[in-house]
Amino acid sequence: MFVASRNDSAAAASSPQGGEAAVSARGLAKRFGKIEAVRGIDLDVAPGEAFGFLGPNGAGKSTTINMLCTLASPSSGTARVAGFDVLKQRDEVRCHIGLVFQDSTLDVYLSAEQNLRFHAELYGIPRALTSSRIQQLMQMVGLWERRQSLVRTFSGGMKRRIEIARGLLHSPRVLFLDEPTVGLDPQTRSSIWAYLHALRQREEITLFMTTHSMEEAEYCDRIAIMDGGRIVALGTPEALKAEVGKDRVQIRTADNTAAMAALNTRFGLDAAIRDGALSFAVREGERFVPRLFGELGTAIRSVSVARPTLDDVFMAYTGTTIRDAEATRAERNRAGPFVRGRQA
Amino acid sequence: MITGHVLPSTLRATVPVHVPARSFRNDLRAVKIVWQRELIRFFRDKPRIVSTLLQPMLYLFILGTGMSSMIAGGHGDLKVFLFPGVMMMAVLFTSFFSAGSLVWDREFGFMREMLVAPVRRGAILLGTCLGGATAGTLQGLLILGIGGFAGVSYSLSLVLTLVGELFVIAFAITALGLLVAVRIRAIQSFMTVVQMLVMPLFFLSGALFPVSGLPGWLMLLTHVNPLAYAVDPLRRAVLAEAGQGLVVSGIHWFGWLVPAPLELALVAIFGITALAIAARLFGRD
Repeated sequence: MFVASRNDSAAAASSPQGGEAAVSARGLAKRFGKIEAVRGIDLDVAPGEAFGFLGPNGAGKSTTINMLCTLASPSSGTARVAGFDVLKQRDEVRCHIGLVFQDSTLDVYLSAEQNLRFHAELYGIPRALTSSRIQQLMQMVGLWERRQSLVRTFSGGMKRRIEIARGLLHSPRVLFLDEPTVGLDPQTRSSIWAYLHALRQREEITLFMTTHSMEEAEYCDRIAIMDGGRIVALGTPEALKAEVGKDRVQIRTADNTAAMAALNTRFGLDAAIRDGALSFAVREGERFVPRLFGELGTAIRSVSVARPTLDDVFMAYTGTTIRDAEATRAERNRAGPFVRGRQA
Repeated sequence: MITGHVLPSTLRATVPVHVPARSFRNDLRAVKIVWQRELIRFFRDKPRIVSTLLQPMLYLFILGTGMSSMIAGGHGDLKVFLFPGVMMMAVLFTSFFSAGSLVWDREFGFMREMLVAPVRRGAILLGTCLGGATAGTLQGLLILGIGGFAGVSYSLSLVLTLVGELFVIAFAITALGLLVAVRIRAIQSFMTVVQMLVMPLFFLSGALFPVSGLPGWLMLLTHVNPLAYAVDPLRRAVLAEAGQGLVVSGIHWFGWLVPAPLELALVAIFGITALAIAARLFGRD
């Protein structure tokens, strides 16, 4: 078990970049009965970082986030958020975090502005500042003109924008987002990312998100891949991809069978035929292709080289694609606040 | 790494705010805003306000008129006798429904917004309870508005007395509703449990008949029903104003007439106890 080497004051763990970590966890674990949803997690997230938790449903992402935002108590281990202990300083943690849930937590029978005002009162934002802060954030997400409308009349994207504005209302140090852009159209998704990153720069907010979308993970400074309650890989998307290393090359040839044999004997590569094309993984694909034309001995009709994606990374670390992992894995976690029955 | 995101040109500057540490004052603000939200929801749902008037009016005008003709020649008007019970019925429906917002919020997600806020859970519960108490009182006053058609005579002191009494009663009923709601996850289950509770509580409260001179078993059931101590003070006030004070027999403990202030105190204690237990259960989530 991890032994804290620091005292329990607000002085926090040092992050990899130095300074006070926005989020840090040591041996964080959560057990529901006999099921170990989270099996001991260590991580440090620097202030201002965009950190992503990538993994299939049931990997333990939501349970971990619930522990970090004080909605669930760890079975063992410790965690500090914004410099405060999630168990011993719950209220301090709550003052300094914002949450954007996957499912709406707005009161749809209140207007957009009433929802934000409710939040401001609940968080004790000084009254003199409330109105201007609400206006700034609603303008930021482009919904100030709709402030009087009932949230019931809003589209999914508008609701998400209002939730982001609300989550930021009390100037949190860490904004937790659960699948922040799932189910939104690409345009809305892109504008939401723009808001999030503007805010991140402006108010030095740390973004901590879960996702099972590879595209979303690409927006993060660092990602942790979770599987079976553990972090199986952690690093920048680039570093993780580099670690997986190989590029994926696809070629169409006049004679796939002969080409496959040639690849094996001359280059020592195992290729597979997929949709009438030969596909194989190789280091530095762009440099390999010219050699291929010279030495393959079979006419090549077309070539494509793809850099490894996070899908490949996920595959490399968990031995399965993220979609397969989702399809086969039963929902391990008890339905916590982040996991609602209808998504199962 | 983040690239390719152009900030919208319309993006305005924001100024960060500082959130103070949790304090008693913040908890009070939380109570107030939760209370206000309950009332916004109450006033927004006008169809519910109207439909909640309907059933009490059936009891008052249909049952009341029908039974009056049967027992013609008795003391006073049966409708006036029934009126306080009918008022409590309106409070019962409204306040229980308000308490259901706890289940509703849990089911539709808004509860999480409240649970992650730096406020005591008791503050959220107290705000909801005060909201339900206010909504119940207002609904009771709407019934009072039609009381004139049932032979109720008004005075300022009667209205003020009833406002106070209704608030205490509505508070206690909402607290009981919250106690039921606090462990229930689905709104349908809550409604089922409430249906199961409402009618026995109502019939055994003396809303429809005096609780004195009943057979022993019924006497016992009515005397342990907290709502009996809610209807009686309402009835004393209404009948005294109508000059029919003699009809009142009140609630007796071993021959001792329980005074109205004590009855209300019992109702209040019942409500506070229910709320405290609900808060304990709620905090443990």
